[in-house]
Amino acid sequence: MGAAVPTLKIAEARPAPVPWLTPKARALASTTAAALLQVDGVSLEYATHDRIVRATHRVSFDMHRADRFVLLGPSGCGKSSLLKAIGGFITPREGEIRLDGAVVREPGPDRMVVFQEFDQLPPWKTVLANVMFPLTASRRLPKAEAKDRAMETLAKVGLADFAQAYPHTLSGGMKQRVAIARALAMQPKVLLMDEPFAALDALTRRRMQEELLALWEDVKFTLLFVTHSIEEALVVGNRIGVLSPHPGRVRAELNADQFGLHSLGSAEFQAQAQRIHGLLFDDEAAA
Amino acid sequence: MSSAAIRPEYERALEPLTDVPTERALPPLQRLWQHSATRKTAIVALLALSWEIAARVTDNDLLLPTFTQTARAFAADLASGELIAKAGISISLLLQGYLLGAVLAFALTALAVSSRFGRELLSTLVSMFNPLPAIALPPLALLWFGLGKLSLVFVLVHSVLWPLSLATYAGFQSVPETLRMGGRNYGLRGLRYVALILVPSALPAILSGLRIGWAFAWRTLIAAELFFGATSGKGGLGWYIFQNRNELYTDKVFAGLISVILIGLLVENLVFDTMERLTVRRWGMQR
Repeated sequence: MGAAVPTLKIAEARPAPVPWLTPKARALASTTAAALLQVDGVSLEYATHDRIVRATHRVSFDMHRADRFVLLGPSGCGKSSLLKAIGGFITPREGEIRLDGAVVREPGPDRMVVFQEFDQLPPWKTVLANVMFPLTASRRLPKAEAKDRAMETLAKVGLADFAQAYPHTLSGGMKQRVAIARALAMQPKVLLMDEPFAALDALTRRRMQEELLALWEDVKFTLLFVTHSIEEALVVGNRIGVLSPHPGRVRAELNADQFGLHSLGSAEFQAQAQRIHGLLFDDEAAA
Repeated sequence: MSSAAIRPEYERALEPLTDVPTERALPPLQRLWQHSATRKTAIVALLALSWEIAARVTDNDLLLPTFTQTARAFAADLASGELIAKAGISISLLLQGYLLGAVLAFALTALAVSSRFGRELLSTLVSMFNPLPAIALPPLALLWFGLGKLSLVFVLVHSVLWPLSLATYAGFQSVPETLRMGGRNYGLRGLRYVALILVPSALPAILSGLRIGWAFAWRTLIAAELFFGATSGKGGLGWYIFQNRNELYTDKVFAGLISVILIGLLVENLVFDTMERLTVRRWGMQR
């Protein structure tokens, strides 16, 4: 206790942030320490033809840089709606979403989305053109540089040989790989994945999870991953936000960094999976 | 104890497959039959043969000339240049009306996807005017524009505009939600959004609308030419058919009809099929 006081004093005595830093750079420096993405008391509603339904109720969580944050919940808990709100497609009824301190108001290329559906790739573009599309459409890179970047990213997901193929000639897993490459090539602040592997067969899904983790080791992107599979959440995420059934509220935030595909049958893994299962279904059993 | 007897397990080392070919070429005749051109030619030949037989059985040149008589008349007028000149007049008129109609249709549908008022405007106009037969308009056109090119173009625009608008709008509406969200994700909006996402994605519908519009325009033109007759001594194929019927050259009437059919077949198979092959079929959007 006595030793802690002088160290605190030294910290306070440290000079203020260098004055020649631009306000933007200072804001960046401060957010690096704190959260990159803040979801703050967000309630989402959607209208059917005769009523307004609340999808999520005052959901709050923070994502840090290089997080692999998983939103886990039963279907209909609003986890996909939350992802779309972060993507800027839905405006929250209350609360706000901040990325790097700026409030999210509309879709933008700093939050690339990978969807579950295979038809997210425009069929009229080759694999290469698909990966280049957001780069050129958002006018981020000129064509030649976009091509280099796209080829580089395609090589990372192991599809360099298929650059000239059209999407309809690819398997489901390959299409999702293209979608991931397309999102990564943009180097977004946050990568949003909406049950990207849910439509794949079990074996392909396992391999895609493995590849996604390897890509993350390589690039260290910030990932928000939505799933309804407890196992997938534990394998993919380093932190899991467990949402309650409809309307979605945050039930718990758990750590999962210690788990990977290697720990699939371990006792610890099973215990954590059981705990999440309890969090998801206890309310139902009690009701 | 399980009910079945326990069978021994086994594992096998697999030799590489070398003695069996994994693919074989189709026999030549079958390969020829695979071409749709071969099959279409066969169908046309069959039709011509049954015509010849029917005409010989009827044995009345005034009612039904034989295929060979018609072919002779066709060849003679083709050689004299009369048919080519008439077809040229018809096609040039047709293209003017068709292009104007297509441009108007795209303007109308672009308005319809960008505003609610435009949507109501399109649906009201289409439901009002699409059922109106093109042949009901010439009396009005005659009153407004007189006996001339303008009247024909007016009738042509009417026959192209509504079906093409309907098809294009239906195409825009069936663009998958993920593709739309993807486009907005890259920050596309306004005309770039329409041009880069909506139009290519709706291309199967747009092409089929163009096809239908072409057929409507073609049949409207021939009918309208029969109504208006020659304008300043320059009649098209419709006029050629009308004139020869008056003079009871039935073989020439059939030659005129055959020209209409041939031009239709050529445009279908050369222009539209090529357009489809290079786009929607290559992209796997249409078989």
